[in-house]
Amino acid sequence: MKELHQLGVAELAAAIANKKTSAVEAAQLLLARARQHQALGAYLAFNEDATLAQARAADVRIAAGERGPLLGVALAHKDIFVTTDFPTTAGSKMLAGYQSPFNATVVQRLTDAGAVTLGKLSCDEFAMGGSNENSAFGAVLNPWDASRVPGGSSGGSAAAVAARLVPAATGTDTGGSIRQPASFTGITGIKPTYGRCSRYGLVAFASSLDQAGPMARSAADCAALLSAMAGPDIDRDATSLDHPAENYSAALLTPREGTSATQPLKGLRIGLPAEFFGAGCTPDVLAAVRGALTEYEKLGATLVDISLPRTELSIPVYYVIAPAEASSNLSRFDGVKFGHRAAQYNDLADMYQKTRSEGFGPEVQRRIMIGTFVLSHGYYDAYYLQAQKIRRLIAQDFQQAFTQCDVIAGPVAPTVAWKIGEKSDDPLANYLADIYTLSTSLAGLPGMSVPAGFGAGAMPVGLQLVGNYFKEGELLHTAHAFQLATDWHTRAPQGFWQ
Amino acid sequence: MSAPKSLLVQGYEVVIGFETHTQLATKSKIFSRASTAFGAEPNTQACAVDLALPGTLPVMNREAVALAIRLGLALGSHIAEHSVFARKNYFYPDLPKGYQISQFEIPVVQGGEVSFLLGEEKKTVRLVRAHLEEDAGKSLHDAFHGMTGIDLNRAGTPLLEIVTEPDMRSSLEAVAYAKELHKIVTWIGICDGNMQEGSFRCDANVSVRKPGAPLGTRREIKNLNSFKFMQQAIDFEIRWQIDQIEDGHPIQQATVLFNPDTGETRAMRTKEDAADYRYFPDPDLPPLVVSNEWVQEVRATMPELPRQMAERLVRDYGLPEYDAATMTQSPAMAAYFETVAKASGQPKMASNWIMGELSRRLNAQEKDIAESPVSAATLAALLQRIADGTVSNNAAKQVMDALWSGIDSNLDAIIESKGLKQVSDSGALDALIDDVLATNAPMVEQFRAGKDKAFNALVGLVMKASKGRANPQQANDLLRQKLQ
Repeated sequence: MKELHQLGVAELAAAIANKKTSAVEAAQLLLARARQHQALGAYLAFNEDATLAQARAADVRIAAGERGPLLGVALAHKDIFVTTDFPTTAGSKMLAGYQSPFNATVVQRLTDAGAVTLGKLSCDEFAMGGSNENSAFGAVLNPWDASRVPGGSSGGSAAAVAARLVPAATGTDTGGSIRQPASFTGITGIKPTYGRCSRYGLVAFASSLDQAGPMARSAADCAALLSAMAGPDIDRDATSLDHPAENYSAALLTPREGTSATQPLKGLRIGLPAEFFGAGCTPDVLAAVRGALTEYEKLGATLVDISLPRTELSIPVYYVIAPAEASSNLSRFDGVKFGHRAAQYNDLADMYQKTRSEGFGPEVQRRIMIGTFVLSHGYYDAYYLQAQKIRRLIAQDFQQAFTQCDVIAGPVAPTVAWKIGEKSDDPLANYLADIYTLSTSLAGLPGMSVPAGFGAGAMPVGLQLVGNYFKEGELLHTAHAFQLATDWHTRAPQGFWQ
Repeated sequence: MSAPKSLLVQGYEVVIGFETHTQLATKSKIFSRASTAFGAEPNTQACAVDLALPGTLPVMNREAVALAIRLGLALGSHIAEHSVFARKNYFYPDLPKGYQISQFEIPVVQGGEVSFLLGEEKKTVRLVRAHLEEDAGKSLHDAFHGMTGIDLNRAGTPLLEIVTEPDMRSSLEAVAYAKELHKIVTWIGICDGNMQEGSFRCDANVSVRKPGAPLGTRREIKNLNSFKFMQQAIDFEIRWQIDQIEDGHPIQQATVLFNPDTGETRAMRTKEDAADYRYFPDPDLPPLVVSNEWVQEVRATMPELPRQMAERLVRDYGLPEYDAATMTQSPAMAAYFETVAKASGQPKMASNWIMGELSRRLNAQEKDIAESPVSAATLAALLQRIADGTVSNNAAKQVMDALWSGIDSNLDAIIESKGLKQVSDSGALDALIDDVLATNAPMVEQFRAGKDKAFNALVGLVMKASKGRANPQQANDLLRQKLQ
């Protein structure tokens, strides 16, 4: 018998439903475990009273005979989702202690499904970063090696799930912020199609790219969460897609047509973009990815060579568009209405300047400056407009590729998790590390990271799977088939299994 | 388009273009569900979206779009099938998001025109565009000592900014345009037109040039919120610009404010301080799509427009153009007129009375025609009494006074009790005339001797003897008969 913290979402839900434990007992145990491992830096906020109240409410529903895949299951949210029961900081001094009067739609949907929120998880400030070192509240350590980063920006979510502090967490992905930390910590995460999950209640980074998604220890658990999270929210988010919610858990169990038990992926064409397998990727990562692809062939899938010719362009395009939107989205943090305000100032301009200089960290300031520059008179056409044009071409490249394959596969990141501090003085190196995840975000496509083995330093390596629009079900099915045949996703970092 | 010589001011041609912010009469804000009602306690009508709380997003209010379509249909504009919301970025405490959402490159209403009479002359001002945007909040600089208060009730109120070509050539024409536009937006129900509450705010771009020269540098007079100030401000600005040029100082592009107390305009900021607003399409809002079906749906609810209605009044009732234009100042006046004209069968008398007796009394009490104490049906009945000779026009004014004061609402009872009925009974008039002839024999002699003036004097004596109640035409006819 596993201990409670070792259970995934489905197992915990079953244990609670079968009265082996209660939502309250699970919440108490996991809260205690989270506090015991505070050195990881994953959690930013707890509210035990609120958590236990939610757990008791779940237990009442269970006692009344209600059952549900998330009923009583403990979760935690990236601190980019606003919540009424916990402060929301977005990892920034600017919002230290900020209390939202409403819940993000995604949070509310999970709560309505009976999930119990343990607390808020650290992230890079305003979700800007790929190492979680940009949080104003300290770095998060990678549970596999405390000297390494957990990835980012959903680094707290990834570390907490990997360290068995919580069975699943929410994350957001703007240019890879779910997939890359999932890869770095050996967990499973999915970024849905842009607009599939409501952005209402996400502290905005880049509006045309931000997308919420689940992070868990298996594709099956991600499916359970995503089924509750996704769905239209058109009265609150005009970019929310008016496309009915789906039961992704059912999609996992539905066999593909013409397949067999030993060849469950027969007929599935997996496209391998040449640009993802070049010299930029370290050999250890490539080896793990190739190993996973061999496994897929055993499951019946066919590997197809494809090309995404503008992959390299996705870096400059992303680092024009995302900062442009961010520079505007972050204008509301001006010290007037909420959040940090400088204590001393001479006049209005001085108040703005001091407030924003004190409240924002260096990476956020850098992106605000880049964004302000590319939108400025005389530069807009050359940078922003040009980037938008290439963005459309990148999306077309994917559509071209999907005529040859059903799913695209490759590495999530060129390396395993790097050492804390290794790249913190080199923003460009950080940006280049996003090369395999940015194009998917720019195209608005769903993508996920699936544990595929280990690389240098015995650090986890993720396999990236990218599907066409609304193909989350197919992606999760493809990942689930792999996880039925492999055990990479069940590996726990040393010291965090017990 | 060049102005006739008569319009030149000290040899300069005046060029004026307008930007008018009309507050759309929606129940809720353009991107949130908060109420737009005016006058509430500060910050009680600002929801999380209006406060720009983290995580909030704008969602388009379709009612505001429908009102923009109405304007486009009224002014013969092109309604764009796709239009785009952009962000205009600048920092100000009453701008909660740090940017204003406004249509920039592709507005929903494109082109169109406003036509009106300036005296006898028909003028047409071309529109460039009308675009949807949100209003900012208000900074209250005087409410708190040493501090500025922010009221965000107005933040997110839907505005339609209506921009003209620089087609106007005098302050009079500019005011006439503004009045016509004001009439149209209230007529089609997209704006309450309340200028004091800021529902209809005009910015005038004014420049001067020698005839035939390229356009001069313009200065923009902001926030003209009364027609009176509008004309004063533009006239001052014209004189100021001409003086500057004559003194050898070129005009600097600037934004100016009019001070009603001094009657002067003063520069607020010049082009050098112009901000770079870093416009870009708002990624939170997909392009606004207006289908042909939607336009047709709105078209089906459009009322007859004032200009069409005026043409009809000329055609169907034989009204002079001036009367027709006046009767179509507001939907209430037009409805009042049509009721009176139809019920009385006296359209010209109806417009005369509405423009004269009724308007005078309404203006004295600062009442709108919709609040007139004398209903259209009652006025129609009164006009019928004039037409059928029951009362004279003068006596009818006394009846109107009585009706207005509300002492009595029974028209015929008033006529009776005040003894205002015209004497048309030939027997009574016969006796009266005989009496006048008998007591004024010398005058009768004079008439018979060929002095026509004596006849008029005799008519006057008859009218006097009847205390004005004799039907003048009848008195005239009878007198002539008796003297023959």
